[in-house]
Amino acid sequence: MSTLGLLEREGRGGGAGFWTLALRHKSFFLGGLLTLSLVAMALGSLVWSPYPPGDIDIRHRLAPPSAAHWLGTDSLGRDIASQIWVGSQNSIVVGLVAVGIGMGLGTLLGCVASARRGWLEELLMRAADFTFAFPALLSAIMLTAIYGPGLLMSIVAIGIFNIPVFARLTRGAANVVWAREYVLAARAAGKGATRITLDHVLPNIANVLIVQATISFATAILAEAALSYLGLGTQPPQPSWGRMLNEAQTQMFQAPLLAIYPGVAIMLSVLGLNLLGDGLRDLLDPRLSRGR
Amino acid sequence: MLPALLKRLLTFAATLAVASALVFAVLELLPGNAAQVILGDSATPESLAALEARLGLDQPPLARYVDWVGGLLQGRTANSLSYDTPTAELIAERLQVTLPLAGLAMVLTAAVALALGVYAASQHNRLGDVGVMAASQIGIAIPNFWFAILLILLFAVQLQWVGAGGFPGWTDNEGGGAWAGLQALLLPALSLAVVQAAILTRVTRSAVLEVMREDFVRTARAKGLTRAQTLRRHVLRNAMIPILTVAGLQFGNLITGTIVVENVFVLPGIGRLVFQAIANRDLVVVRDVVMVLVAVVVLVNLVVDLLYLLIDPRLRRADT
Repeated sequence: MSTLGLLEREGRGGGAGFWTLALRHKSFFLGGLLTLSLVAMALGSLVWSPYPPGDIDIRHRLAPPSAAHWLGTDSLGRDIASQIWVGSQNSIVVGLVAVGIGMGLGTLLGCVASARRGWLEELLMRAADFTFAFPALLSAIMLTAIYGPGLLMSIVAIGIFNIPVFARLTRGAANVVWAREYVLAARAAGKGATRITLDHVLPNIANVLIVQATISFATAILAEAALSYLGLGTQPPQPSWGRMLNEAQTQMFQAPLLAIYPGVAIMLSVLGLNLLGDGLRDLLDPRLSRGR
Repeated sequence: MLPALLKRLLTFAATLAVASALVFAVLELLPGNAAQVILGDSATPESLAALEARLGLDQPPLARYVDWVGGLLQGRTANSLSYDTPTAELIAERLQVTLPLAGLAMVLTAAVALALGVYAASQHNRLGDVGVMAASQIGIAIPNFWFAILLILLFAVQLQWVGAGGFPGWTDNEGGGAWAGLQALLLPALSLAVVQAAILTRVTRSAVLEVMREDFVRTARAKGLTRAQTLRRHVLRNAMIPILTVAGLQFGNLITGTIVVENVFVLPGIGRLVFQAIANRDLVVVRDVVMVLVAVVVLVNLVVDLLYLLIDPRLRRADT
């Protein structure tokens, strides 16, 4: 991650130039298209789906793809296309809330560490270093062991995992801004640490945080899918791509296609967000954009 | 060298101490009454009291923590609630599957990533490079458990070359053997390795590209070394630090990834143990397994730190 490069962009206007370049950038364009499709799917599913995703129709169980059921039906006769369509809500909610928790608290901690320095910074950063020992899946396992499985627990676990990621990133980027002359001028003019953080630091590190947010969003979707596959995440009747894969595995010999669709949905969502993140990183980094 | 070594060992011990306190706090203090969590709301007061006594909940928390950590250090652990066997025995048995699985996955990851990463760097901005980068972008997006299911679909369902899962054991007595055991771990390891190899390939490529721009590489070429010799003797050695850093962090992901993949392939490893322990509300097993997994992750990072010292003499100073 070229933090310095992203920070160097400060002062340059984004404006129309950004979008002209953005639409020509292959990663950004493809990633944006895939991500927009995911968001559109989730929003669209709030008002319409081909069938109610939980509707059981045993007479048409394991039906192959047809005009009535575009992707066929599962072992209970539920429409696969509808489950994938509505399951997108889950991915969006998990991504938004988990990244929201991580970014909200992580940025706060990173800003405090950078503004106060000294032992507080040392303590916060050592704590952030330490959390590498607790990957999201392990935190989720501990939480579900106590509170039982569920969407909320998996979101909290993934969110907690994201806090140190954002804290470390924010602190590094904010330290660079704090060393700038205009911050010195602001301090000389009598602005306090909170005011400087809000007026100067946060606007200047926003680019770095946005890029990380897209990548963390993708990681959150993957982690939630894994937890739901294990039965520790989203619970029935709410459709979830990870749980669909678990159910599909038991029907693998009769209906192998069932194990394909949800995986493709997860892969395309994650691919879209990662490409979008790569594209944003290039577009917001002036040193790289010169070479483009 | 020695002070740098000592500093890393102290950090290792401190990390483990804090990690154990955290695991203890989350699994023993956070739920309030662990016995109530295990038995559920319908438990009778008598059964609750019996379990509280068995878990030692009548002791103060600090005494319980010291007893737990002291026991772990001496290899003495509490009995699992559902198996009625010391957790150390259960974990040792299951690690015989999980550690070879993670190790095999790491070897596959490193082999694929080094080969593809160096190849992509040597083909910088040409078709080979673009192809490897596109493939790695897709590899990063594939959920490992889905790739595992795809491998089962192809090799077990369609081609019927292998079984859809299970583990025959490492010894002939169990009906398995070294070769049969390794075969059973190959597909799981492959599914774990794909994502990690995709990430490490990108790291290797950019690390190699970075070093190839250095002046000493030009000097090496100017003094008559071939491209391959330069790559082997100068570029790879210098590119190793970022590659090792990421590989070390990846091992943590591989270890936790085994929890999911072992469940796809029904392997009797530590992931399946902890998964069943959650289903059985066996908090004793969950606590000890999580602690062992954390210890393995921290230990691997210590090993990576020590490897740095071997690779880069500049890091042997104590203040680094």
